Amino acid sequence: MSTAAPVAPAIEDAEWHRLSRRMLLIHPVIEIGRALPALAGLFIAGSSHGSPWPGLIGTVVVAAFSLTRWFTTRLRITPQQVQLRHGLFRRKSIATARDRIRTVDVTSHLLHRVLGLARVVIGTGSNDRRGGGRLILDGLTLDAATRLRDDLLHRAPAVGTEPIPDVAPGDVELARLDTRWIRYAPFTLSGVVTGLVIWGFYWRVAGEGGVDLARVGPFRTVAHALRAMPTGQRVTVVALGLVIFVAVTSTVGYVLAFWNFRLIRHPGGTLQVTRGLITTRATSIERRRLVGATISEPLPLRAVGAARVVAVATGLRTGRGAERGGEVLLPPAPLPVGVALVQRVLDGTGAATSPLLPHGTAARRRRLVRGVLPPAVLSAVLAIVWAVGGPAWPLFVSGALVLAGAALGVDRAAALGHGRDGGYLVTRGGSLVRRRSVLDEDAIIGWNLRSTFFQRRLGLVSLEATTAAGRQGYHVTDVPSAEASAVVGAISPHLLQQFRTAPPATTR
Amino acid sequence: MTDALLRDPAHLVSQRARAYWLVRALPGWLLIGGILTVVLVSAGWSTAVTGSVVWSAVGLAVLHLVVMPWWRFRVHRWEVTDTAVYTQSGWFDQERRIAPIARVQTVDIERGPFEQLFGLANVTVTTASARGPLKIHALDRGTAEYIVAWLTERAQTAGGDGT
Repeated sequence: MSTAAPVAPAIEDAEWHRLSRRMLLIHPVIEIGRALPALAGLFIAGSSHGSPWPGLIGTVVVAAFSLTRWFTTRLRITPQQVQLRHGLFRRKSIATARDRIRTVDVTSHLLHRVLGLARVVIGTGSNDRRGGGRLILDGLTLDAATRLRDDLLHRAPAVGTEPIPDVAPGDVELARLDTRWIRYAPFTLSGVVTGLVIWGFYWRVAGEGGVDLARVGPFRTVAHALRAMPTGQRVTVVALGLVIFVAVTSTVGYVLAFWNFRLIRHPGGTLQVTRGLITTRATSIERRRLVGATISEPLPLRAVGAARVVAVATGLRTGRGAERGGEVLLPPAPLPVGVALVQRVLDGTGAATSPLLPHGTAARRRRLVRGVLPPAVLSAVLAIVWAVGGPAWPLFVSGALVLAGAALGVDRAAALGHGRDGGYLVTRGGSLVRRRSVLDEDAIIGWNLRSTFFQRRLGLVSLEATTAAGRQGYHVTDVPSAEASAVVGAISPHLLQQFRTAPPATTR
Repeated sequence: MTDALLRDPAHLVSQRARAYWLVRALPGWLLIGGILTVVLVSAGWSTAVTGSVVWSAVGLAVLHLVVMPWWRFRVHRWEVTDTAVYTQSGWFDQERRIAPIARVQTVDIERGPFEQLFGLANVTVTTASARGPLKIHALDRGTAEYIVAWLTERAQTAGGDGT
């Protein structure tokens, strides 16, 4: 580091440090926000006795308790390790070897940004999926956070203590948000989740505070108007309202998550994703940790020719709601853009577009049967119920389900495929969410071959390549068993070779 | 599982495995029996309905307890070579798993109450993939310890962080 007085005191000096003192302002706000339904309940319960004290006392207790987090957290960064101690009643101590660090994620939500802070999430081992291997440093100054990230990922430190400029010399921009992509936002249906969260919040407030929105202000007018309508019209209006709500909140969600989205490649090969309108986050992925990519097409997005791209990397959290983790390489965008991005990120591989081997008629029939059979059985049961005098309408519903199941089965059958291209294994499958995954064959650890009784009768097997990255396992569903062996043999020849010949004549 | 290229793993598990699987399946059926008794007593259906429910439950239980251990014993197999671990498990649904020893991270022996009753042990071999643990059930204790020693020694010489 330079001789100039540092903007932020260095924290990589093998001493125990506290997180930034400014977190004392943030913790109470966050914790009170979390406890809001319960606190609102206390206030409302108190006001019925004409006393604000229960609510006030509750708020103070929550605020005081939140402050203990700052007082009990200590952080130490040595040349070998990052160590974190925290906890009031249960002291926890986490240490991570620096050479095991695979990803560093710098996030700033609104409060952080107002105070110039950031949260650093350090991803390490394979068990990240369970959250066990992650180290969260909530509340470093932004300078300290970005410098720490660069040091941990072995990048050349910036000159002096200036914050990292937006695009350093040698950086290559691989993707940037095109505002026209926002038109795909309503098709992500992320607004459904938002709606459920709001509904859950309302439900808790209503349960604990006894608030009934249908009797309050504008909602009363709406509820009144709805009640006055005939049933058919009411259903139409409510459905339309929900569709508009989902479209609007999905769009807002898209803009919040992906505004200023940029994917750049540093000279050392490290990829960096920056994005976010109010909460900004920057995720860095070392090139050697990036072992593939998934092009993911949920059905509504596929219908309008869009897809998102997700990184397959060791040390990155994978789970539901891809935009919540640090693994997004491209937000919902036109499919060709996604395909081109996968090519650029994975050093020009053609695996994103190469033709795939279909899995044959038996596999296709199996998809169809699995789609149709459950609603067909249901229909048969309902037909019996109807025959002995039950209502007829459930039969119509299940009949519609049979048709939907058939459509689903046909679409899933069409998706099945696998292939190999230039050192990458390609798998494809799924209908409601169609995924084409490209996985570096060197990153494949082992193989699982699963077959049900019915699959064995058809000579099919579901092959899974296990890996320490991304979803941990990538499936080649319902492939003829000879072809499965061929894939294993081609990718892991030494592994398969010894299990092909007659077994040695030793028994235990 | 017969296919052109991949053969079964070489070794069967312990001879006592069948009795072990049979005994281990008993508590589940006793629980189902208990629930059925409570339901049937409180429901008060006609003798014909009660009888048919009881007999079909008994039939299923006997079928499961007779067929499952025997079937499992034919399927459950394992093999450890200089460079790889290969397991096969299941009965109605079957699964084969292959992993190279160079990628093995931990090897555990686990013995629950049922295993101790029969002098058996389960071996779990984990790799860096959360989808990749290989489990060998119902081994003789001596065999299990031999496998663990073998794998630990080989995995140490392989080095690397296993990803």
